[in-house]
Amino acid sequence: MRVVVAMSGGVDSSVVAGLMARAGHEVIGVTLQLYDHGAALARKGACCAGQDIHDARRVADRLGIAHYVVDSEARFRGSVISAFSDAYAAGQTPVPCIACNQHLKFGDLLEMARDLGAQALATGHYVRRVEGAEGAELHRAADESRDQSWFLFATTRAQLEFCRFPLGGLASKAEVRALAAEMGLPVAEKPDSQDICFVPSGGYDRVVEKFRPDALAPGEVVSEAGEVLGTHQGIARYTVGQARRLPDRAARLVVKAIEPGARRIIVGPRQAQSRLVRLRDVNWLAAPGERRAGVRLRARDGLRPARIRPEGQGAVVELDEPALAAPGQAAVFYEGSRILGGGFIL
Amino acid sequence: MIYLDANASEPLRPEARAAALAAMDQGGNPSSVHRAGRAARQLLEAAREQVAAHCRARPANVIFCAGATEANALALHALGAGRPVLIGATEHESIRAAAPEAIAIPVGADGRVKLAALAALLAAHPGALVCLMAANNETGVLHDIAGAARLCAGAGALLHVDAAQAIGRVEADWLGLGAASLALSGHKLGAPPGAGALVTRPGLEIRPLIKGGGQEMGRRGGTPALPAIAGLAAALGAPYPAARLAAWRDEAEAFCAGLGAIAAGAGAPRLPNTLCLVLPGMRAETQLIALDMAGICVSAGSACSSGKVAASPVLLAMGLGGMAGEAIRVSLPWNARPEMLAAFKEAYAALARRALRPARQSA
Repeated sequence: MRVVVAMSGGVDSSVVAGLMARAGHEVIGVTLQLYDHGAALARKGACCAGQDIHDARRVADRLGIAHYVVDSEARFRGSVISAFSDAYAAGQTPVPCIACNQHLKFGDLLEMARDLGAQALATGHYVRRVEGAEGAELHRAADESRDQSWFLFATTRAQLEFCRFPLGGLASKAEVRALAAEMGLPVAEKPDSQDICFVPSGGYDRVVEKFRPDALAPGEVVSEAGEVLGTHQGIARYTVGQARRLPDRAARLVVKAIEPGARRIIVGPRQAQSRLVRLRDVNWLAAPGERRAGVRLRARDGLRPARIRPEGQGAVVELDEPALAAPGQAAVFYEGSRILGGGFIL
Repeated sequence: MIYLDANASEPLRPEARAAALAAMDQGGNPSSVHRAGRAARQLLEAAREQVAAHCRARPANVIFCAGATEANALALHALGAGRPVLIGATEHESIRAAAPEAIAIPVGADGRVKLAALAALLAAHPGALVCLMAANNETGVLHDIAGAARLCAGAGALLHVDAAQAIGRVEADWLGLGAASLALSGHKLGAPPGAGALVTRPGLEIRPLIKGGGQEMGRRGGTPALPAIAGLAAALGAPYPAARLAAWRDEAEAFCAGLGAIAAGAGAPRLPNTLCLVLPGMRAETQLIALDMAGICVSAGSACSSGKVAASPVLLAMGLGGMAGEAIRVSLPWNARPEMLAAFKEAYAALARRALRPARQSA
């Protein structure tokens, strides 16, 4: 069959392209150019394409497959980077990788794959797609330490039908690197990418500052009773649920809420948590309905037993044990290894 | 593979290949005083005379260089110094990048530069250097060089014509019309890449952009790329089947229009081989990839070295808005055959069906 492979230039998606080609498929490699690499690195005159695009092309050459670079800069800026900054300015903690998967990889690129007459879109995500009785199911990766299912909860069932995730069943990253070496791919030893791709060396505040300087304006840190406890240097630097120590206080306090209008950070003792978490834009990958599930409230968090109740386009999560959920993050529902759905925390 | 991207590079012409191979086999450096050098020099000067004859210029006013990008840069450097620079809004990147401070002369919806706007700009910026392409690389639209040259002469301005796409494909005497200089490129004519020329009218001082061993009468340093230059001269002399290509182009245009496509610049005089097609609702890259998968080579917008396809600044300048990101360029090579056209039409029809399929928006 004809398969489009989303190639980032990293070892994972390169191996996916290699596996698809080895299986005899007609492979079209596509690299989305998401941002101007020269500008992102503040290097004047650098080519718009970074090393990753170059690497993806060299891998495609090596595999003997077609490869194209698609300009997605405008879309990425609008749907991911500026939405990321806007969310911080609204007192939320966004997950840009979810937005990118949703709008670019499984949105625009999948649509392009259909337009090209492809039968599938393959990516290097560490998740498993399992053929179930009622269509494709999304499951966690065999390698728990690599699992990316939380970031893919917003994939619709129709999109999932079209997708392939050849790495989800592999036991470890070492296996992926061994495959890359075996295929003679020039990226076999390339280090893993870190953090958020468009944020230079971890400083996301620089990105937010460019798009929403208001989110980095100073403000007050107050107690739940309204007592001013100190000042902060921008609401974008805080996430609900985070434990912070104020300079002149012995006890660590937890960020309870962020008030974007007043630019206030509300802190309180760790104990005061809630059992109810409200969600918007819930995507169901199983039949929607009230049910019990394990809920993951952040990317690197354990599963919390809960009851899920659908409510319009959203849902209410009733946690067995109270917790603090950060608005803007995702709450994803699991049943065993299967992802039942998820939504964004309100 | 069906190659319909002649405006990127014409397929090698046999005449150019033979001349380039002969020059390569002969070897020697035209600057050397011995017999091998003299033989190389003879080849170089013969090529210069051929180019001069074609452009109705004097051989002494033909400066060989690496290509049209360099020829444009040399013209801006040598003729633009101390002058305000006016450039057409749809000029090639090699002009726009070399003249970042230049003032753009707007084009109409047909892609032709507006002469009234040029006249006003010339009045506001006396003694300007005006850069206009004879033919646009994306749409094939031919500017009114005669009209622009008259305005420039009347205003005491110099006119540089980028003839990279037009020379050899249309009959014109740009220097005779009043242009001060012409840029041309070998590989756009079907010669091996690596050579181009700046051809000027007499009496202009050309300060070098690249200094070196005094080659090209001190106007361009560096050993000339003799095989590419010999190929360029030979390609200029090769016959070009303009009428046949125009007929096929028109036929393809009518066919695609019947499928819902829009031909950009169709209202203006154009190169015989060029067809710029907008397929509303389908991104240019998707069209390009789909055609490539069908074995058909065309291009879209202005591809940068990464291969990224961006919305075409040329079509934006023509006022096409969002459709500037939905256009591909089909440019027939000198050796096009009817079966190439048939294959293109078949693949394009499949594409248009997909672009228009009703489920697409909701899928």
